[in-house]
Amino acid sequence: MQADVELIRVTKRYGGGAVAVDDISLAIPAGSYCCLLGPSGCGKTTTLRMIAGHEEVSDGDVLIGSRNVTNLEPAVRGTAMMFQSYALFPHLSALENVAFGLRMRGVARAERLRRAQEFLDLVQLSAMAGRLPSQLSGGQQQRVALARALITHPKVLLLDEPLSALDPFLRTQMREELKRLQRELGITFIHVTHGQDEAMALSDIAVVMNGGRIAQAAHPREVFEKPASAFVARFIGGHNVLRLPEGRFAIRTDRCRLGGDRLAGHVTAIEYQGAAVRVVLAAQDGQTAEAMLPDALFHAAPVSPGAAVTLGWDAADAHPLPQADAA
Amino acid sequence: MRRSALFSWLQAAPLALVLAIFLVVPMAMIVVVSFFDYSAFSLIPDFVFTNYREAFGSAVTWRTFGKTLWYAGLVWAITFALGFWLAYYLAFIVRGEMTRMVLFVLCTVPFWTSNLIRMIAWVPFLGRNGLMNQALIGAGLIDQPLEFLLFSDFAVVLAFVHLYTLFMVVPIFNTMMRIDRRLLEAARDAGASFWQTLWVVILPLCKPGIGIGSIFVVVLVLGDFATVRLMSGGQSASVGLMISNQIGLMQYPAAAANAVGLLVMVLLLMAAILRAIDIRKEL
Repeated sequence: MQADVELIRVTKRYGGGAVAVDDISLAIPAGSYCCLLGPSGCGKTTTLRMIAGHEEVSDGDVLIGSRNVTNLEPAVRGTAMMFQSYALFPHLSALENVAFGLRMRGVARAERLRRAQEFLDLVQLSAMAGRLPSQLSGGQQQRVALARALITHPKVLLLDEPLSALDPFLRTQMREELKRLQRELGITFIHVTHGQDEAMALSDIAVVMNGGRIAQAAHPREVFEKPASAFVARFIGGHNVLRLPEGRFAIRTDRCRLGGDRLAGHVTAIEYQGAAVRVVLAAQDGQTAEAMLPDALFHAAPVSPGAAVTLGWDAADAHPLPQADAA
Repeated sequence: MRRSALFSWLQAAPLALVLAIFLVVPMAMIVVVSFFDYSAFSLIPDFVFTNYREAFGSAVTWRTFGKTLWYAGLVWAITFALGFWLAYYLAFIVRGEMTRMVLFVLCTVPFWTSNLIRMIAWVPFLGRNGLMNQALIGAGLIDQPLEFLLFSDFAVVLAFVHLYTLFMVVPIFNTMMRIDRRLLEAARDAGASFWQTLWVVILPLCKPGIGIGSIFVVVLVLGDFATVRLMSGGQSASVGLMISNQIGLMQYPAAAANAVGLLVMVLLLMAAILRAIDIRKEL
């Protein structure tokens, strides 16, 4: 597949010598949903802003649709950005906010308002056209921001933590909507998030970043099933990272069970989570591990904190990790 | 419910009292006195319209009001142009809180001395044999000293701008600092040029600050008499100066009638500014 957005050895250095993004290369196929994922300070937002053109690239090149855009203005790159906390113009109505990009391009008033109305329809907010941002809820503001970004028909939509300001219920709803829009429009979405569940739910490529480098870039299923490093396994969650006599392994907590002879220790905590029960275990050698047991299985043979138990898993479920953690 | 309403009234009472005693009562006094009669030595309580008839029946008064308005308009335009860009520079160009702070304090330096001294300081600079003329003659740019530099409308406006630009800078700077920087990025992302961003995003969001700064400058210029007297060398008049002269001649009722006229003009201008700009957002 042809790469739509390509980063070639991109580095971002700041004045004081601090390196925010360290020599990363990445190819994002056209029409895919890409999530940049990582803890705060990992360089994911800086990477996004360099693609958008709001941050200068210190070294390397940014290609969009095989055109080198490294030194181009944001507006001519074919990208549009949806900002964290939306950055809607507080003095303009929802409709005028959406029409802003067209206004800047000199589209006549009647025409731009008509097209803005179409995009408000697209995000199901036609009824709110006349309201100011302050009169809209967080979710509605976000839809306006989305419509504003889409109205210039970008090839790539860049989203900076678009869901972090929403409450959990709205977040799930908006997540579905983002995915639907991306499928329908067929354009590339690059979405920065620190939530691994968001990345798993949305992305075709999840790019896990740490310390300004890419720790792993792959389909989320591959990231989850074959984490490239202990960092990735820990960050993506649902894994035990254990040092065993044969080496270092990531073992999914839902593939662990009580019994067996691989790791001995005692229970330190039990959490009931509805469909599953989380059992935390302190091993004799000082490592901690946990098992996510189906509730029926747990309740068939319950254990309580303090009980001596062993942890087991199938050999095939132990995913070997590199010894030293490079990234 | 009743109790809390009473409590609210009580809370507002001290300020209302202060305003009543120090603002409403003196104003009312001026209005009352403006209808008094007077002789060379005394005020005669009465209700006559002669003061207004004399004041506004004379072309001199209208010219003076016009001139005052002209000063206010010109000074407003210059302080706005200067103040906006100074504030813009401080708010958007300067990086680092410390530098911004230092530059801001630098803007207030003229206010470390009194109005009068700041004005008098212009005299040796702008005078016929002042530094400016000597420098220009020395540089061979002119043969004759420039006469318009001092004791002229130029000097009056210059002094006003010097005195009042800061009153424009501060409120505009304040509103600019409250503009979310991401809005500027969002504008740029949507393809806005520098001037488009300025016109469509920054200027509308600065309106409350511009309104407050305009009120400061316009009111200060309209009420001024010392600057006009000193810098024009007595060759120009303003309403304030006219009132001051009448007080000097103990023509209090005449001064009061002019003061009421000035008050009406100020209130009309305020109404116009507040109509154009909603400053409540800033308060």
